[in-house]
Amino acid sequence: MDKLVELIGKNGLIFGFVVIGFVFIIGDILSKTVFRSKIPGSAVSIFLGLVLGYLGGLWTDGEKGISDLSLFAGVGILGGSMFRDFTIVATALGANLELIRKAGWLGLVSLLIGIILFFILGVSIAFAWGIRDAASLCTIGAGACTYIVGPITGAAVGASSEVIALSIAIGVVKTIAVTIFTPIAANKIGLFSPESAMAFGGIMGTSSGVAAGLAATDPKLVPYGAVTATFYTGVGCLLCPSLFYLILTFFF
Amino acid sequence: MTIYGVALLALAFILGQWVGLLLGDWLGIQANVGGVGFAMIFLMLGKEWLVQKNQMSPEMTGGIAFWSKMYIPVVIAMAASLNVKSAVSSGSLALIAGIIPVLAGFLIFPWIMKKFHPRHHG
Repeated sequence: MDKLVELIGKNGLIFGFVVIGFVFIIGDILSKTVFRSKIPGSAVSIFLGLVLGYLGGLWTDGEKGISDLSLFAGVGILGGSMFRDFTIVATALGANLELIRKAGWLGLVSLLIGIILFFILGVSIAFAWGIRDAASLCTIGAGACTYIVGPITGAAVGASSEVIALSIAIGVVKTIAVTIFTPIAANKIGLFSPESAMAFGGIMGTSSGVAAGLAATDPKLVPYGAVTATFYTGVGCLLCPSLFYLILTFFF
Repeated sequence: MTIYGVALLALAFILGQWVGLLLGDWLGIQANVGGVGFAMIFLMLGKEWLVQKNQMSPEMTGGIAFWSKMYIPVVIAMAASLNVKSAVSSGSLALIAGIIPVLAGFLIFPWIMKKFHPRHHG
């Protein structure tokens, strides 16, 4: 057993893959059984990740969640900024330029309106909660965009680990809300054509939420929603820590 | 070759992050500004350029696709490495800030379709 612990210590990142794979299996099973596939496995798994982060903080009193336990240090490497940014950049592969040209004006408008709407509401709600510093407000507003924009913005503007964790939690709640509400609201808001799916992806942004929500509405719409949603995180990462942060610093 | 795809992704990543750092410097923020967004744009332009030159093989695409599929697992690892304990104290904020803007998005959606896509119902 000592040998195994030593081996894991030397190969932390590799063990991190095992740990996350295990978390994903549990998330998938919970998704299929407890939530009857109403909440996607990825969303459940992200919540399980947050639970692990909570337990890590509880057991070690550290600031880096489960990765403060030496056995799970590799999870911290896998979830660190290098892999995080690298894999997010890779998702741009899913964006087909030809489809985007077709979405064109409508996609761009809905993308910008979506990001601005979510950011402003996120900042306003955080303000109502008594948060007053620009970095925290900006990170929470970005978290209301997606759970990727939140931590990237938080890291860029120097927000605290607590606020960054909060912004991820907000983004995950958003993903679940979009997943659940999309099939319920689809008829009422006129979400049935490829064009409307592109606009919807632009407004809601959260790729996994949009993809899961559209899949439950009409699987044919999924790629159209995903093609604009893919841009949401990139544009959000571009705007939130730069322009939006600068605007916030005028007020706070 | 799979490595060509990974290398293209890595090159776009480095260049994008570099532009982000330069922009941050230029704006006077001690931070990387939009490096990920720039990297995504570089990757798409690079991919498009290679596709037009017929140099983008399925294996090469696979080298990028693997990493794009790893992003949710990485987000799980990231979630597990955060200071969640402290964030939980503001739990109601997470719920409100996560749900209210989504409801607003559903309300504004029909208006955007009508306003910016008038042919939609025709």
